[in-house]
Amino acid sequence: MSLRETVLSVPPTQGDLHSEIMTLNMGPQHPSTHGVLQVRLKLDGETVIGLEPVVGFLHRGKEKHAEHLTYWQFMPMTDRLDYLAPLQNEIGYALAVEKLCGIEVPPRAQAIRCAIAEAMRITAHLVWFGTSALEVGAVTPFFLAFREREDLFDLIDELTGLRTNSEYIRFGGVACDLSPDLARRFKAFADRMPACVDEYELLLTGNRIWYDRARGIGILTPDHAIALGLTGPNLRAAGMPHDLRKSNPYSGYDKYQFEIPVGTVGDVYDRYLVRMEEMRQSARIISQAIESLPEGEFIARDYRYVLPPKDKVFSSMEELIYQFKIVTDMRPPVGEVYVGIEAGKGELGYYVVSDGGPHPFRTHVRAPSFINIQALESVCVGRPIADVVAIIGSIDFVMGECDR
Amino acid sequence: MSDTATTTSAIEDALAAHAAAFSGSMQPKTQDGIPVVRVPRDQVIGFLVAARDDAKLRFRLLLDVTALDHYGQPRDRFDVVYHCYSFESRTRLRVKTSCPERDAVVPSAVPEFPTAGFLEREVFDMFGIRFDGNPDLRRILMPEDYEHFPLRKDFPLEGIEPEKVYRKHGGVMMPRATGAEPINGARSDTP
Repeated sequence: MSLRETVLSVPPTQGDLHSEIMTLNMGPQHPSTHGVLQVRLKLDGETVIGLEPVVGFLHRGKEKHAEHLTYWQFMPMTDRLDYLAPLQNEIGYALAVEKLCGIEVPPRAQAIRCAIAEAMRITAHLVWFGTSALEVGAVTPFFLAFREREDLFDLIDELTGLRTNSEYIRFGGVACDLSPDLARRFKAFADRMPACVDEYELLLTGNRIWYDRARGIGILTPDHAIALGLTGPNLRAAGMPHDLRKSNPYSGYDKYQFEIPVGTVGDVYDRYLVRMEEMRQSARIISQAIESLPEGEFIARDYRYVLPPKDKVFSSMEELIYQFKIVTDMRPPVGEVYVGIEAGKGELGYYVVSDGGPHPFRTHVRAPSFINIQALESVCVGRPIADVVAIIGSIDFVMGECDR
Repeated sequence: MSDTATTTSAIEDALAAHAAAFSGSMQPKTQDGIPVVRVPRDQVIGFLVAARDDAKLRFRLLLDVTALDHYGQPRDRFDVVYHCYSFESRTRLRVKTSCPERDAVVPSAVPEFPTAGFLEREVFDMFGIRFDGNPDLRRILMPEDYEHFPLRKDFPLEGIEPEKVYRKHGGVMMPRATGAEPINGARSDTP
């Protein structure tokens, strides 16, 4: 009897098939959960009927630490929030403390910050692009994305001294100046980037497999996205043209020409298209910031809160005293500030409360990744399990920022 | 730095009217220029909804929920702080409410603002403030069986290890050291 005949000879099952709801743990070591996120799925066959994200595996108590550190000492900790875009976190924190203290940032430092922040957005989006494509089976984009990411980190390395976690932003400016040679190479990178994005798009945008995996999956309407507190590319892909760089410009973003890409459907494919276009626009901003780089100081001369230049610290008593005072005992005025910046994942907010002492009374980070993960449940329920991977990739989060 | 450059007096007037309707009051602005409203805790959700639904205000996006611990100060111990954003006027809003330590309960914003779910869980996890009406108020960042609230001011940075602070004495957990040197760097005022 052949196999076919054997199969056909088995009588069809009588009555109801036994079925039950299965709980499946995805993570915390699952490769598609981008770090230590655990997703508890309730499955009815292939269909997700319940999803619970379990976070906190990477909790390091940063907000508690902040209350025991001086304002300066918290700066390196911000690097480790969204470790894919460390300098963006520093810029947000610096803006909050600068607003608290009333420090004016010189135009040159603002332009350098804009260029760096956009470079960070590109690196963060490149990692997102590489990994989210990898998760649905496209291996090549990952290598292309990391090729450009390495080039960019080489430049960041040369500018700041470290590839990531560089602690380059200072209250009142940046740590060191952008040399003309390095500026030229940043510009060259920014000019090359749009063609690279075209190359990435060639691999995925018209790819039938990617299109079928991404189109119509994980749809978020604008009202739904706002109710879930989503910001950044996820909100824009839902069709809401909201970008803090345009609506509440900081660091002189109002001086640059750039477009805000918006989606129409709000599905995985739209979120993909929005981020791809954002990389092109970021390259545009870097290009403009470098071209119109103003002359002048790269850090404010405000010795109440801003560190004096290092060469003077070693040669002048006055500056040495200021350096010592600021590092050990900087006391911002009493007050509280909330500052939000447009980070790669959404609105990154810092809520800093000062009681006039050398330690902040409270430092709270409004982490976009934390909010994004919460949205998973309502987008994934009702979809087959294979879509969960595509949706997790498209929502984009970093656990370092989520867990803090 | 024009976060609140578009804050018009019309917005503040509307906010003041709503604040008065919910027995709250406008507070002095701080360095960031965001309007600050303080309302009693039983009115706070009503105020947030009014600020969201008012055609002039439209504070639709609840950005953040967090808390402040005024430990040792002669006032209600906890402040719960809400930040909202309006896409129309491009302004932010800060709403504060307070609750005492003995009755640290605030109504939940989840029925009106689903995004508050995780944020309130975090505040509960870190400060021990309960949100009445939150359907899923469990710890989120700390382990499920953790007993303390780490962001309270009386929680030492080094943490509290139960077996180091307490010892078993006749089946009862007793403080291990009283008045002696702090254990594990814990300050003497830890519970």
